[in-house]
Amino acid sequence: MNAVSVNRLCKSYNGVKALDDVSFDVAKGELYGIIGPDGAGKTTLFRILTTLILPDKGTALVQSTDVVKDYSTIRSIIGYMPGKFSLYQDLTVEENLNFFATVFNTTVKENYHLIEDIYKHIEPFRTRRAGKLSGGMKQKLALSCALIHKPDVLFLDEPTTGVDPVSRKEFWEMLMKLKKQGITIIVSTPYMDEAKLCDRIALMQNGKFLRIDTPDNIVASYPYRLWAVRSSSMHILLDDLRSCQGITSSFSFGTCYHATMDETLTVEKLKRYLLDKGHHNIEINEISPTVEDCFMLLLKEDGV
Amino acid sequence: MIKFLIEKEFKQIFRNSFIPRMIIMMPLMMMLIFPWAANQEVKNIKLSVVDNDRTTMSGNLVRKVSSSGYFILNSVTGSYTDAMKDIDSGSSDIILEIPADFEKQMMDDKHSTVMISANSVNGTKGTLGSSYLASILNDYSAELRSDMMQNLSISAVQEPRSFSIVPEYKFNPRLDYKVFMVPALMVMLLTMITGFLPALNIVSEKEAGTIEQINVTPASRFQFILAKLIPYWCIGFVILTICMGLAVCVYSIIPVGSLLTIYLFAMIYILVVSGMGLVISNYSDTMQQAMFVMFFFVMILLLMSGLFTPVGSMPDWAQYITILNPLKYFIQVMRLVYLKGSGFFQMIPQFLSLCCFALFFNVWAILSYRKSS
Repeated sequence: MNAVSVNRLCKSYNGVKALDDVSFDVAKGELYGIIGPDGAGKTTLFRILTTLILPDKGTALVQSTDVVKDYSTIRSIIGYMPGKFSLYQDLTVEENLNFFATVFNTTVKENYHLIEDIYKHIEPFRTRRAGKLSGGMKQKLALSCALIHKPDVLFLDEPTTGVDPVSRKEFWEMLMKLKKQGITIIVSTPYMDEAKLCDRIALMQNGKFLRIDTPDNIVASYPYRLWAVRSSSMHILLDDLRSCQGITSSFSFGTCYHATMDETLTVEKLKRYLLDKGHHNIEINEISPTVEDCFMLLLKEDGV
Repeated sequence: MIKFLIEKEFKQIFRNSFIPRMIIMMPLMMMLIFPWAANQEVKNIKLSVVDNDRTTMSGNLVRKVSSSGYFILNSVTGSYTDAMKDIDSGSSDIILEIPADFEKQMMDDKHSTVMISANSVNGTKGTLGSSYLASILNDYSAELRSDMMQNLSISAVQEPRSFSIVPEYKFNPRLDYKVFMVPALMVMLLTMITGFLPALNIVSEKEAGTIEQINVTPASRFQFILAKLIPYWCIGFVILTICMGLAVCVYSIIPVGSLLTIYLFAMIYILVVSGMGLVISNYSDTMQQAMFVMFFFVMILLLMSGLFTPVGSMPDWAQYITILNPLKYFIQVMRLVYLKGSGFFQMIPQFLSLCCFALFFNVWAILSYRKSS
């Protein structure tokens, strides 16, 4: 039995398709990542699964319960952490936690073991108002509040957006621990580096799932050899790469450009071509692809 | 569950640095300042007298007018043109012109005419001023007549038949404007606070996104709405009690009827306005929207409630609109209880109307608050 089972879900806003025929399953205890740029439809999907909005078409089951018909049952078995911090800023850390525990008919004490690891980071500030916490601490509090009723499925909508790298790393460590406790976690993120931490990921764009697989499989299925290109004049390099015959794709990636080429072009030829264009200190190294490379390729194939 | 939701609301209200102060300050301001300012009695009318006669009789007339308390004698001039200049410059509101042969005419013909001309830029001041002045003049002419009767005491002179009107003002014998206004002001205050606060509260939860978090909890929309209503219900009672206390202390206005009736009606009325506020908040996405829509309705409701101008003197179509105005009913009730001492059974129609409004708005509020749109 699957924790989440989505079948041909559609949702439009004023004619714009936010979700376009989306189907997927999430197994129990899985850490499932939904990766996609802003506006891909991630939040809409989450809002349907958490019973906040109704789909136009299609069905979605959470723990075998229909999100439309039995929304009230679902509300007590899921935890939802929206992308925007949405706890009561004028209540203290402790009051927020107690409040959410009580509206779910439980107590903080009962499920403290579940949130202990997370909550102990913010416990020293328990009398501080939630609005006065730092970004990372807010996330921890929000996660604690979403967990306090021991949900079966946890929905995290871009939990690490706008959080510093250290807190992000900590946050993912916490998710790993939660996964060990048997909680199914569905997390969305625009950060590709977080994708490899998930059991399975779905690449999402324009309301569609482009591909669903484990991060390893996605990377392994990358069909081309990938090259990282650097030179002394990076700002004109991308244009030069794109105008070079035989280059099939090139895009910026961190401090260099990732490029693929067809059989007509070799590294030597490319180097010569770039030298002619007036580049110096040219470095061309073969690298293993990342999820982001796969995503870029999928987008290209998708015709975007 | 509902207990915790309410507890949370109270915590938030008292933690807010602004709302508790407003709850105390608004009744104080309204009760201490407004009844004096919103006074429809016209006093201190500036009067210019054009005395063309300059006799004892005209002098007595002027003295009588200026000692009435309503008028301030601005100037006594010899020509109408001078008096008009005072009107133009704003130093005078009304002119009383006494003709040249006033005393002589009164003695010989037993009859004379004076002229009143009032500046009616401010309509109330003009009409009320001239009618005050006219009634003083009538008094004076009656006095003169009785004096003459005594002096002449000749049976040949037929006493003209006349009668005088002595009005008795029921329930407000001294026509004290404050007695009439204070109960209505309480209604206005209750409307402002218990209407605006819940509306803005829900919209602020929308803006902060916290409503999402509540929506994924098992708390039902009925519980959620009720938890928003109850705190403002309590606040409404506190405000009403403060107002009634102030009315007793400052103006010695004590309701003739029973306090129980007032509280009963207030209970329903608060439900009506906060229900209305909730409906508006359910349809607005931002504070600005909610605030503006609320203002729009409260303005209309206040102006069409009979608070300042009697409903009976509105045109027919406007009177039909006031049937849908809950404010009207509660103002009626407050005035009836405060001034006339009406009991509950005399106000059954108002009670039923308010109950309908309460039911209507609150059901609407619960239905329009969609947890899953």
